[in-house]
Amino acid sequence: MKSVRIAGGLGFYGDSWRPIKASIERGNVQYVASDHLAELTLAILQKDRQRDPNLGYTRDLVPMLADLLPIAIPRGVKFILNAGGLNPLGAREVLLAALKKFGLKLKVGVVLGDSVLERLDELQEVGVSLAHMDTGEDIASVRERLLFASAYLGARPLVEALDAGADIVLTGRVADAALFLAPMVHELGWRWDEWDKLAQGMVVGHLLECSGQATGGNFGGDWRSIPDLAHIGYPIAEVWENGEAVISKAPGTGGRVSFDTLREQLLYEVHDPAHYLTPDVDVDMTTLQMEEIGLDEVRVTGATGRPAPETLKIVAGYEDGYMGQATIGYAWPDALAKAQFAAQIVQQHVVETGLKSEEILVEYIGYNSIHGPLADPAHAADLNEVYLRIAVRCTEKREAAKLGRLLTPLGLSGPPFIGGAGGMTEPRGLLGIWPTLAPRSIIEEYMHVSVEEAGV
Amino acid sequence: MKTQLVKLVHARSGDKGDKANIAIFAPDRATYDILVREVTPERVRVHFAGIVSGKVERFEVPNVLALNFVLHGALNGGASRSLRSDALGKSLSSALLRMEISTS
Repeated sequence: MKSVRIAGGLGFYGDSWRPIKASIERGNVQYVASDHLAELTLAILQKDRQRDPNLGYTRDLVPMLADLLPIAIPRGVKFILNAGGLNPLGAREVLLAALKKFGLKLKVGVVLGDSVLERLDELQEVGVSLAHMDTGEDIASVRERLLFASAYLGARPLVEALDAGADIVLTGRVADAALFLAPMVHELGWRWDEWDKLAQGMVVGHLLECSGQATGGNFGGDWRSIPDLAHIGYPIAEVWENGEAVISKAPGTGGRVSFDTLREQLLYEVHDPAHYLTPDVDVDMTTLQMEEIGLDEVRVTGATGRPAPETLKIVAGYEDGYMGQATIGYAWPDALAKAQFAAQIVQQHVVETGLKSEEILVEYIGYNSIHGPLADPAHAADLNEVYLRIAVRCTEKREAAKLGRLLTPLGLSGPPFIGGAGGMTEPRGLLGIWPTLAPRSIIEEYMHVSVEEAGV
Repeated sequence: MKTQLVKLVHARSGDKGDKANIAIFAPDRATYDILVREVTPERVRVHFAGIVSGKVERFEVPNVLALNFVLHGALNGGASRSLRSDALGKSLSSALLRMEISTS
């Protein structure tokens, strides 16, 4: 029975591609599918694009491929990457220029049509409300502040690019798992109504889309039992024509592929596991089985699918004020009590100086900054050190910038024994996320695929 | 007998907008059945008072011996607008493991 072997690439913009080398050199893979875009990433890319209209793609694209292509090309390994971000054509341009420089004659495919920011009026004119998916709120409240709006496309245009001979496929926003489904459909000839196979494909893609999280990274079980995390291997899937899949990793790499590491990733960022909605199929994860068939080898079978939804998800981002934050550390004895005392002083000064904030958050790093109200107070009185962290939410950047100045005087005029005062950081722009839905047909009307060969 | 969840299960959490999900994983069917009985959405909602502002849904996933909780209003508006150190809710999973349940 025919099969295809696919390597998990990056899990986010900033992830390491070193483990992908092992998958290419020793994992016998035909494809690398790489996810560069978290919800947050498009906001970063939008800021890049505001500075320079040629940017807006993830800038790891060229350095990563420059490292990987020399080992990938002799093995015929192809790439599917959503590194196009908000500017897939800009990404193609820099990539084609780099390929030309390297003397590499490769075909680069580009998928367009996910960005709908310029089409919002048109969508509303044909009756798409763009109301918030969860709250039902009218988009008018944030419309003027939108920075991007991108629909999650499915695997179809990616398959079209592969069918046209692309060696590298660049996309903007597509469902993360669709990056992986595309080579399966292309190689194994699945039809778009073979729901169970598509569901298996999406499950495999979901397992692979977060790089090391499938292979022992971020493992909530016995994390000490994971071998050699420093040289973790990213996941590799072999998928057969009938949809059956085996998840593994390259020989000689660290990490672990087990029932436990994979079931953690299976439900990661999933809501209803019986209806995991993707652009290509409505996936039921509750029917699947995962079985360890060897060391670092897990067979995945039995996911089932129902017809794809008639709507596609759009995620838009809007400017939502600024965060000012500052920290200062206190030493034993009474470290927490001192930090709390300092917090009271700062909060009084926020009021007295008229700093305009909508929300103030006080955290004690070393005590409750991660677990908040769930932190265990048992040892609170005798901590070695505690950092006070104060954050404010402000509409105006200049208001947020005032916070740091309220902490610095504490060095001489507050409780004793400070260290590591990190008062003055630039306010950070905050981003509101606006998820909404639109009919598939209206979005897909603008979907466009082109494949171009790099000149030598 | 009372036992803290950290001794029974492992967990992972993730974010989507202002919602977080936490999945907990049982080592065997007997433990899974105890979790289904004890770790109700209402108990999880009460456990996260002060962190989670909305409702809590629970999905049973017996084929991988897991319970998946979806926490609404869990992330101070969502990772990209949150003031919190744990903006992504990555550690909400471990915070749930503090819960004590009856195992007898």
